[in-house]
Amino acid sequence: MDVIAVFAPFFAFVLAGLLNRQIGDRGCQIVTCVGLLIAAAASIKLFLDFALGDQMPYVRVLAEWVAVGDFKVSWALRVDMLSVVMMNVITIVSSCVHIYSVGYMSHDEAKGRFMAYLSLFTFAMLMLVSADNLLQLFFGWEGVGLASYLLIGFWNEKHSANAAAQKAFIVNRIGDFGLTLGIFTIFLVFGSIEFETIFANVADQAETAFVFFGHEFHALTLIGLLLFIGATGKSAQLGLHVWLPDAMEGPTPVSALIHAATMVTAGVFLLARFSPVYEYAPFALAVVTVVGALTAFIAATIGLTQFDIKRVIAYSTMSQLGYMFFALGVSAYGAAMFHLMTHAFFKALLFLGAGSVIHALSGEQDMRKMGGIWKKIPVTYVLMWIGSLALAGVPFFAGYYSKDIMLEAAWARDTGVAHFAYWLGIAAAFMTAFYSWRLLFMTFHGKPRASAEVMHHVHESPPVMLVPLFVLALGALMAGAVFYQPFVGSAGGHEASAAHHTEPAHESPERWNRQAFWGPAIQVRPGNDTLEVAHNVADWVKRMPTVVGVLGIVLAFVMYILQPRLPGRMKEIFSAPHTLFYNKWFWDEIYQFVLVRPALLLGRMLSLGDRKVIDAVGPDGGARASGKIATALSHFQSGYIFQYAFVMMMALVAVLSWFAFRMG
Amino acid sequence: MISFPILTILTFLPLVGALVILLFLRNDETGAGSARSMALVTSLMTLAGALILMLVFDPANPDFQFKEKMIWLAPLGIAYHLGVDGISLYFVLLTALLVPICIIASWRSVETRVREYMIAFLVLETFMIGTFCALDAILFYVFFEGGLIPMFLIIGIWGGKRRVYSAYKFFLYTFLGSVFMLLALMVLYMQAGTTDMTVLMANPVAPSIQTWLWWAMFASFAVKMPMWPVHTWLPDAHVEAPTAGSVILAGVLLKMGGYGFLRFSLPMFPEASAAFAPVVFWLSVIAIIYTSLVALVQEDMKKLIAYSSVAHMGFVTLGLFTATLEGISGAIFQMISHGLISGALFLCVGVVYDRLHTRDIARYGGIVKNMPRFATLFMLFMLGSVGLPGTSGFVGEFLTLLGAYQVDTLIAALAASGMVLGAAYMLVLYRRVIFGPPAHADATAMPDVDGREFAVLALLAALVLWLGVFPGMITRSMTPSVEKLVTHITQHHSEQEQAP
Repeated sequence: MDVIAVFAPFFAFVLAGLLNRQIGDRGCQIVTCVGLLIAAAASIKLFLDFALGDQMPYVRVLAEWVAVGDFKVSWALRVDMLSVVMMNVITIVSSCVHIYSVGYMSHDEAKGRFMAYLSLFTFAMLMLVSADNLLQLFFGWEGVGLASYLLIGFWNEKHSANAAAQKAFIVNRIGDFGLTLGIFTIFLVFGSIEFETIFANVADQAETAFVFFGHEFHALTLIGLLLFIGATGKSAQLGLHVWLPDAMEGPTPVSALIHAATMVTAGVFLLARFSPVYEYAPFALAVVTVVGALTAFIAATIGLTQFDIKRVIAYSTMSQLGYMFFALGVSAYGAAMFHLMTHAFFKALLFLGAGSVIHALSGEQDMRKMGGIWKKIPVTYVLMWIGSLALAGVPFFAGYYSKDIMLEAAWARDTGVAHFAYWLGIAAAFMTAFYSWRLLFMTFHGKPRASAEVMHHVHESPPVMLVPLFVLALGALMAGAVFYQPFVGSAGGHEASAAHHTEPAHESPERWNRQAFWGPAIQVRPGNDTLEVAHNVADWVKRMPTVVGVLGIVLAFVMYILQPRLPGRMKEIFSAPHTLFYNKWFWDEIYQFVLVRPALLLGRMLSLGDRKVIDAVGPDGGARASGKIATALSHFQSGYIFQYAFVMMMALVAVLSWFAFRMG
Repeated sequence: MISFPILTILTFLPLVGALVILLFLRNDETGAGSARSMALVTSLMTLAGALILMLVFDPANPDFQFKEKMIWLAPLGIAYHLGVDGISLYFVLLTALLVPICIIASWRSVETRVREYMIAFLVLETFMIGTFCALDAILFYVFFEGGLIPMFLIIGIWGGKRRVYSAYKFFLYTFLGSVFMLLALMVLYMQAGTTDMTVLMANPVAPSIQTWLWWAMFASFAVKMPMWPVHTWLPDAHVEAPTAGSVILAGVLLKMGGYGFLRFSLPMFPEASAAFAPVVFWLSVIAIIYTSLVALVQEDMKKLIAYSSVAHMGFVTLGLFTATLEGISGAIFQMISHGLISGALFLCVGVVYDRLHTRDIARYGGIVKNMPRFATLFMLFMLGSVGLPGTSGFVGEFLTLLGAYQVDTLIAALAASGMVLGAAYMLVLYRRVIFGPPAHADATAMPDVDGREFAVLALLAALVLWLGVFPGMITRSMTPSVEKLVTHITQHHSEQEQAP
């Protein structure tokens, strides 16, 4: 099952990629969609075996990869709850996106290539999550980066698309740099990069010091921080986030699959996978908490002011990823994974819904040119509402369960940084609700601001695009309630203590309990189990996210429906923060000024240095001194080249002979 | 105890082919055609021989195999002595693979003096294979230096506009380096009384005189690699060389420097190597960062790839002098991989150069529409050069950095920044050439790769992927020899520490 789940997309990619011309675009679409559906079916089967059956975690070794001395690494699949959950999220969302793309890309020239890339991405992502060692994880990590690069730049005639693709790859490489050093450190500390060996020996290395750049560091903290640098790049956390908004240059299904539901969560997965290590690195966890909280907050502030519908959702994604990171930072790994899953559903739904809107409006992405279309595309409208309700954490939608438990866990951690994360998270929750409804109102309500020509063409999407949306909407509606108990529920079994959440009371199988569910895949040290404490925090802590969420929605309603002039006034009153938010806190400009331009300038200077300094003292100086040789060389054209060759060979032999006689 | 002299045959088969062309083929149009075929057949036979060598090679044996030894210069005890171990085997294979590819690549693009061109390539092949098989220092020197001449001619005669300047620069640099090597060999001979490399490797000379010998050898190999700051001949040589010349230059000739470090500097002067390793590390790191930055602003495709070669060779020197199993294995792997990838990249440049006759990056753009197959293959090699996992480029780079990290984390981190810069310059190149709006009518009218070009590039692409996914193909038979070398070096270190 595991092999089928991982490799079905690979074969789909190979078939669609190599035989594009033979089987045609339709053939590619069929092959890749079927491949993905098979993979999804296999993943679901795996999940059922684990969650409802008594399947134990296992590792399947496929082949040897690198073996040099002690450094031994295999191609292997690690199947435990963590990878199975990820596999399900990936294959289900990816299947939806594949099918949706058949409709969305129907006017494109290179449909086959697009589908092949999507399948390639899915394969790489599956390799990432099912890796049994860091090198294979890195293979998947770079593989998804490549697929992302190819898909962002899919419309390769567009200058902006190419620039965005390039930026994504290079910025991610900076993160990879940290990840690579993390892998090296792990190898030196543990003598292996196989997960099994690492996790089994964490306790023994708890006090180990590691000399890094001439200074002694706590080894596990260093590892935690280096891995987090990698996660920062891939998951667009503050500092290395600048590629994500630009990545919206890619076709919308790509944004949904890669830049919302799956690839950007790879960093979250990485940290959850390394929970046994992070548990011994409290400082690293604190850093993760702070960076995550800041990301959640800052991304939300930017989201308030953007006009491109996809960029609003992109900043929202970045913000939600920030939530997941601070949840990881307070040892609530299960909560982060829970939000990862629910977010995958409702964010993919929002993106694909936005795609339907863009599709309906003949490619328009600017919300200032939308409005007044809800009656024309009612199904999309309703679906977008479901997605937004889930995102804003309105009760009983998926995001309600997952976002609340993360915030509760942050409060339950009861440290300075954790409370900091809680309050920033609350502020971000308010903004999230606000910009979500700002988006809904600007897009669907008010007077139509698009041209009559465009408005005339507005049409509901075909079933091939709507059916996948229904599946995702189902996830956005149900996933929170259904999976609350096994992902983050109280492990104590005290139903009474399980807070105000109305948990579905069905006959729970034995595994339907947080600790049994995750098994050894997630390890939390005693005393660090914030998820357990989270169920007993004060009531106001629990109600706060919902309250601010509703307030955000109300405010958006006031500003964009009741008093449409208000946003303009607000902009004038708060012009300084607005400038800051609207310009994305000037990250791009700063990087351009501090990194990109100096690098190019230095390159030019050094290039000149090669010629003016090294060559001038070296060979060219020498050449001038021995002009005669140069003159002789100009006789090259004379034709008797072999004479020269012969002369040189003879000279060599002569030197040798002289040497031989002197010695002899 | 001379059995079947497979190494002699491999070494001199190309020379025989060259002689046949020289003596029996007429210097006219038909002669040119026959010369092409003759050269191809000869090089393919050599390749077949090399493949047989690989099959009969015993991967578990760390020592030299298929040894041949005959007295050559009796009064000096200099012998004609050949042999291969797990390290040299793959250099021989790489050479035998790339030469026929070069000949195929030159099939149509070289039209003047075809006979001489083919002779030069075959003679060059003899010298290259000889270098990797030689077990006598003087014999090594003869092959090592002999290779200069045909390469010099290939650049100087079939090169571009500034070919004479470039050929001269190439020759001056490398010849100067080899003068030092010759001096070192003389001193070595006087000290040790033999030029037998196996003996010299097993019994390093006294640490006190190692210093000077090490620097003299270093001068020669550093130029060949080339290391910063003696690298400036390479971009010029590449720019002016014909496509096949660049392929062989980047693919094999540069590796002779690394091979020299493996055979001379490391085993013969282990103490000096350890003492000066930090120098090599810093030069490597400078090379990686410096040339990557320079590559970032190049406007000439070949120059860009040439600079990237210097950066990649920086990883090699870094890995070699870590004297760790991972570092040295990684360096060797990186050399083999770079031979395939950079060779392929130069072939890719050749493909578009043959069509548009310019290397100016700005003259291309948007050619993915008319050359999709080319774009795909070029992409693959670009990714290999960037070191994406799944390609051979990753394995070498990763292992060298892993080795370096064990020795010095700062050096490794600085070198690893090459990962970022490498991605930057390669992606910029690719984007400007392949993507973007169609800017030039003649560029977007270029036909896609033909069968001949496709076959060559696809073969290399398959190898790059195959070695990326199953590097064990190479590392398995390489490891015993590398292990032996590492043990030898560490033994000397510990001995020296015990008896200061």
